[in-house]
Amino acid sequence: MTFLTRRRLILATAVLLAPLPSRAAVPRRIVSIGGAVTEILYRLGHESEIVGVDTTSQYPAEALTTKPNVGYVRALGAEGILSLDPTLVIATEGAGPPDALRLVEQAGVPVIRVGDEPNQAGILRRIREVARAVEEGERGEALAREVEGGFARLAENRARVAQPVRALFVLSLQNGRPLVGGRGTTADAMLALAGAVNAASTLEGWKPLSDEGVIAAAPEAIVMMNRGPGGDAQDPFALPAFSATPAGGAHRLVVMDGLYLLGFGPRAPLAAQDLMVALHPDLPATRWSAQP
Amino acid sequence: MSTGTPGRLLRTRRGPLLAGLAGGLLLAGFLAMSLGPTGIPPGRVVDVLAHGMVGAGQERAGDALIVLQVRLPRLVLGILVGAALATSGALMQGLFRNPLADPGLVGVSAGAALAAATTIVLGDALLAPWIGPLPFAALPIGAFVGGLLTTLGLYAVATRSGRTSIATMLLAGVAFGALAGALMGFLSYLSDDRQLRDLSFWSLGSLSGATWVKVAAVAPLVLPVLLASPFLARGLNALSLGEAEAFHLGVPVQRVKALAILLVAVAVGASVAAAGMIGFVGIVVPHVLRLAAGPDHRVLLPASALLGGTLLIGADTVARTLAAPAELPIGILTAAIGAPFFLWLLLRRPGGFSL
Repeated sequence: MTFLTRRRLILATAVLLAPLPSRAAVPRRIVSIGGAVTEILYRLGHESEIVGVDTTSQYPAEALTTKPNVGYVRALGAEGILSLDPTLVIATEGAGPPDALRLVEQAGVPVIRVGDEPNQAGILRRIREVARAVEEGERGEALAREVEGGFARLAENRARVAQPVRALFVLSLQNGRPLVGGRGTTADAMLALAGAVNAASTLEGWKPLSDEGVIAAAPEAIVMMNRGPGGDAQDPFALPAFSATPAGGAHRLVVMDGLYLLGFGPRAPLAAQDLMVALHPDLPATRWSAQP
Repeated sequence: MSTGTPGRLLRTRRGPLLAGLAGGLLLAGFLAMSLGPTGIPPGRVVDVLAHGMVGAGQERAGDALIVLQVRLPRLVLGILVGAALATSGALMQGLFRNPLADPGLVGVSAGAALAAATTIVLGDALLAPWIGPLPFAALPIGAFVGGLLTTLGLYAVATRSGRTSIATMLLAGVAFGALAGALMGFLSYLSDDRQLRDLSFWSLGSLSGATWVKVAAVAPLVLPVLLASPFLARGLNALSLGEAEAFHLGVPVQRVKALAILLVAVAVGASVAAAGMIGFVGIVVPHVLRLAAGPDHRVLLPASALLGGTLLIGADTVARTLAAPAELPIGILTAAIGAPFFLWLLLRRPGGFSL
């Protein structure tokens, strides 16, 4: 008897020609952590693959209402995430606690961390990284080009701003103490994109500003976030320090949605455009959307 | 058993009480292991515990990982931290002879929080050369060292000619707490957005980052404290009569004070370093037990350890499952569970409250 009997030959051929398992055999289940990440996934058309989001994923609105919520981006639980049986976790920079994400990785679920730099290059990199994670290279490139185009149009409009407005971004007014965005904050970056001057540029980071500081900053407009869909921001001009500023004199207050304004997701150039038009009403440019 | 004395409940016998509490701890532990957002059936949990990772089988390796690497270290850490906080509370209340004494009084919590804030805000700049190999360990180690140094400092302030004045320590602790608060305010002013949020989340208190590494770091600090504290029981009982009376009874008063303070510093420092600030357990658990079993520290100290561990893991189980897959902050739940029960016990008493 030879080694290579007919039976073994047939068996060997069958094994060698057996089809490889298809790559798309297991449906993807993604836990998306971070407002911008979720937004990008929806824009890439992969919303059906999302099985869980965090509390900052507020756009589109159905992300939070239809998907399970794994908690705040910095207070995640390993078991909570694993209970959704994910095959992939895409997390924005700063998601934590780090031990929780490490436990998720130990469980065999890859965790892809995406940067959060608040600038054009950062957004484009973010879009491409998320697209690469879900193997959607073409649509990712298309989205990146669309956003790049948005930034280019924004720059054109910005060049037409004759007189940049001094604006003060007020994050909150707890107990009458304003928390303002100084240099290096996402608000500062957004004001720069909108062609405005940050009135709080002497401060670094988010800092409380005293009454005298508010008056010394002499903002011509105040920018605040609204308190939720359809909600109003607190009225800063109720405080005497604010009403004594040029912004108070002209009663110029711009209120926009927080995630839209500071999320630095795919809608960032639109948000900057809206902010620019709101701050410079004489500018011959249109708002992108009627969104508050 | 004594009855009829105004304001005193029947004193329960030591054995049944401790056995009952131990049973409660086991039950809470079993519930903690079986319940969770992943929904693993209890039979499966027992199976994994019996066979470990290897015997779990390939197809359900995920279950084994959840049980052994996520839930079990969380359970062990919760028991250690809960026992540490409750025992420290009992020691402090016995030492200060004050029902409002809380482990934070010796300055441990304030010192640990300040050290943590310093590490978070200035860590990159100041401590980079030392942190290098252990970036993730810097924060807990810093918090623990901070708590210990603070306690030693306060002890030094309060001790003259070999005698520690408890009143001085109390006041110095209050003063240091205020100073630490001011310094932390300054640090939060210096911090950037991310550091500020890291700090507020650290101080919230959570068992969610529990790993075996953390357990291994905390156990050698907490277990000796739990084992050593019953030796202070008689001394603390005598101290409740007054320092002079205790001294004349032959109790080495200074040694008892020093040892109690050291044990509290180590236990609370380790707990705060591992799990952040979890309030309420240290104050309420010893009081609940005093109402149920009387002020004898020989019962109170071991019972506090058992009940503290039970309360914390019970609160943690609720924190993990109530809003799954999100997690609630545990400090809210320890208060939500402990406070109503404590109020109910107080209302049951016919007379006043005595230590």
